[in-house]
Amino acid sequence: MTHLCYVLPAWGLTLVVWALYALYLVRRGRFLAARVPPRRRRWMSAPDL
Amino acid sequence: MNEPAPSVADQSLDSGTSDTTGSRTTFWLGLVVLVGVVGVATLGLFGVPADDVQADAVRIMFVHVPAAICTYVAFGLTAVGSLMWLWRRSVWWDITAHAAAEIGVLLCGLTLATGMLWGRPTWGTYWEWGDVRLVTTLVLFLIMVGYLSVRSLGGDEAATSTRAGVVGLVGALNLPIVNQSVNWWADRTLHQQSSLTDGKIEDLTLFTVLLSIGVTGLAGLWLIIHRFRIGWLERELRAADLHDALENQRLEAHRFRGPA
Repeated sequence: MTHLCYVLPAWGLTLVVWALYALYLVRRGRFLAARVPPRRRRWMSAPDL
Repeated sequence: MNEPAPSVADQSLDSGTSDTTGSRTTFWLGLVVLVGVVGVATLGLFGVPADDVQADAVRIMFVHVPAAICTYVAFGLTAVGSLMWLWRRSVWWDITAHAAAEIGVLLCGLTLATGMLWGRPTWGTYWEWGDVRLVTTLVLFLIMVGYLSVRSLGGDEAATSTRAGVVGLVGALNLPIVNQSVNWWADRTLHQQSSLTDGKIEDLTLFTVLLSIGVTGLAGLWLIIHRFRIGWLERELRAADLHDALENQRLEAHRFRGPA
């Protein structure tokens, strides 16, 4: 494969940034959800969401 | 003796629900995204043949093009949310605008970075300041970073949302300029014009591009749902903290005055 020094950083950067941001959101969500009573988690209380 | 009102944290102890922003929908959505990412990576890195002109540098297209298209969608959503806040004072849309802006900035940053990595082997340079597509995209990125900065300033919540909403709409004005820059100033850009619909792309390559756009769109949706819920929880916490503070102050004042 040619241009590996451009292809791999582009793919690696994209996947790592997505993964780290998703991890940050999950952890931040857990931190905040533990501090808000369930009855006030309006957008999380619908059974089909 | 009067006890202080129980805090929100105390009230949450009796909750029987799971303390996450996840749900059944986001679980299945996340699973589909993971499978999709494996599919796109397999096709994009190994399945699709190298391009006659760009050789293997064309494989960057499968991360660059979806990031660029989803940037437009995310900032478009920010503009709609901003408009709905300014027009109807809709908190739901305000939080959605903020969530979409954060993910849009991430996508726009990736668009710029992967575009530079694509430009070096294709055009012979990472960056060209005279190129209208590159510069207008950078301006869009900076405007939306400004949007997030305004959001983080704090102060009165409604005023912050209004200021951010104006910035969000200004950013949206730049969207058609970025998109059409390769047509309006074709002689002032190294960037190619849109080639998705001209019928010149080989079938498997086109399929992989479309698949990557779909998977990135679903990943963006997953992120926006989680980011929206975080925004909602942050708002609830701020409201609850204010309520607790006022309640404690009221009890303190009552204690200070003593029994009537």
